[in-house]
Amino acid sequence: MNIHEYQAKALLRSYGMPVPEGHAATTADEATTAAEALGAPVTVVKAQIHAGGRGAGHFAGKPEGKGGVRLARTPAEVAQAAHAMLGEVLVTKQTGPAGRLVRTLYVESGCDIARELYFSMLVDRVTGRVVIVASPDGGMEIEDVAARTPERIFKEYIDPAMGLCDYQSRALAVRLGLKGREIRAFQNVVRAAYTAFTSLDAAIVEINPLVVTGSGDLLALDAKMSFDENALYRHPEIAKLRDVHEEDPREREAAEYGLAYVGLDGNIGCMVNGAGLAMATMDIIKMEGEEPANFLDVGGGATKERVAAAFRILIGDPKVRGILVNIFGGIMRCDVIAEAIIAASHETGLNVPLVVRLAGTNVDRGKALLAESGLTIIPADDLGDAARKIVAAVRNAGA
Amino acid sequence: MSILVNKSTKVITQGFTGAQGTFHTEQALAYGTHMVGGVTPGKGGSVHLGLPVFDTVAQARAATGADASVIYVPPAGAADAILEAIAAGIGLIVCITEGIPVQDMVRVRAALEQSASLLIGPNCPGIITPDECKIGIMPGPIHRRGHVGIVSRSGTLTYEAVAQTTAIGQGQSTCVGIGGDPVKGMDFTDVLARMIEDPDTHSIVMIGEIGGTSEIDGAELIRASGTHKPVVGFIAGATAPPGRRMGHAGAVITGGHETAGAKIEALRAAGIHVAPSPAELGTTLARVLG
Repeated sequence: MNIHEYQAKALLRSYGMPVPEGHAATTADEATTAAEALGAPVTVVKAQIHAGGRGAGHFAGKPEGKGGVRLARTPAEVAQAAHAMLGEVLVTKQTGPAGRLVRTLYVESGCDIARELYFSMLVDRVTGRVVIVASPDGGMEIEDVAARTPERIFKEYIDPAMGLCDYQSRALAVRLGLKGREIRAFQNVVRAAYTAFTSLDAAIVEINPLVVTGSGDLLALDAKMSFDENALYRHPEIAKLRDVHEEDPREREAAEYGLAYVGLDGNIGCMVNGAGLAMATMDIIKMEGEEPANFLDVGGGATKERVAAAFRILIGDPKVRGILVNIFGGIMRCDVIAEAIIAASHETGLNVPLVVRLAGTNVDRGKALLAESGLTIIPADDLGDAARKIVAAVRNAGA
Repeated sequence: MSILVNKSTKVITQGFTGAQGTFHTEQALAYGTHMVGGVTPGKGGSVHLGLPVFDTVAQARAATGADASVIYVPPAGAADAILEAIAAGIGLIVCITEGIPVQDMVRVRAALEQSASLLIGPNCPGIITPDECKIGIMPGPIHRRGHVGIVSRSGTLTYEAVAQTTAIGQGQSTCVGIGGDPVKGMDFTDVLARMIEDPDTHSIVMIGEIGGTSEIDGAELIRASGTHKPVVGFIAGATAPPGRRMGHAGAVITGGHETAGAKIEALRAAGIHVAPSPAELGTTLARVLG
């Protein structure tokens, strides 16, 4: 689960991270009041959306205009920037062409930047440990740094039994070229990040840039945090930070029913049990020359209610021109799935071609139920057969 | 012969008396797995499914001599259940539970590295040596005893591979679902190394997916081993867009080596026969076996 920059900074500050003074605002008046309270010579007004590249982005309809991060020297300039951003759609490299509606701004004191560093923390899957990633090349996309100058990315792995050792932080600081009291300041940044990371079950803490000011202080100028969904049950205060406006409504509905769903751009809706088989089903649709409309894993213990919910999501998607159901029943019995499909088809008024491939436990009873249902369901014997049939059905229906 | 489990493997269930533990232990018993007991804290001394219930894994191991444990404990307590099994000296731990917090697994990994225990999972279907020992949630009847070793990150895609190898008249030596979580126990290399050594495994099917680089490590191990056993591979997720998590917590492309394309290239470079589609796992193997 992602949160906004202003939320991440407030959390990190509570763990001792140095961040500039700032206030969130949802109206131009609030933004102006916030700027007056800060009283800084330069104020930064930042659009709050769950996507990077805000500064280099542009607002919908104004491709030549300014981006989602603006400098202001007077309260009037803050108001002007706020008016230009609030209620407008910001398009960045990460949002896709649809962009994101800006509902909140973060109004922050500007600072005197001497250097920009990169800093992040995440769980490394190869070692199974928390890793600190740092680079002297802050303010750039870390993927670009990794591609062009991998020798300028430094890592330290944290032994969970020992926890973070401050010498690791100091070693990194020296490799980043920090000197004098900057080294201790960096040690404090790492300590704050690690304490927040482990206390809150974060998935990532990323500070880019982490700036060294003219006076030798370190400040987190931007901050991104995301959290392990599986651990939210023990952090209700973090779960409350979820911004549903930033999430796909179809994915949100799916999550309520325990379905894993990712919306895509194609026209063949898929309903599959198991993540790997669901991906493989998407792949084979593409191999047959069409595009999947979604990834949808109904999980191992799908009930009639879950299958019906999955169907509603697929049918409710105007792009979907046909549906492929691919179930390999293990624990899940094919006859139960068949009953759920039949009930859901009646309930939702199925109006696109439906191909169903069932395999595994009680497959014969499942197939018989579908055949006797009176619904125009196209049965398929295996994965390849299913993909060819749904592609053919969609093309026939479109012709 | 087989890898990791066989008919003499003595198995206990953790989370024994819960709905999942009960159902799958019944299934395992029906399959012929040598189940010797189970653990549910607070129910020690009782009998469930005709087997003794213990309060702790240590008690269960002392009383039954269990070699392996399968865990159906809910996510909040599952990492602790793994740690308990490690502390009790269980040799093979299979954790089926889905949804364990990643940082819990970071602690588990550290404990595993200090122990002699092996972990399969979490968030996996388990392990089966057909006709001998089924530990996990896979449907028993689709398997057939034979000589194809199957290792996969995905549950139902493993079943797909099993069904397709059975359909071409082959059977399986051992099938291992290693699970889709980013921090887990055994990985491709651990399982593949054993399958390469196993005289009963004559060919191998490995099924990976986007995210991480463990398939590439597995491919490198196969190449370096110089094995003559044919290996068929498949990588799911060629159509997955970067940055979107595809169900499994680990199935997300975050860097250049994690795409299906990069992995397929690495598999091919190691001499692995990559199936052109997930519907052709069996036919690709049949062609390679000649």
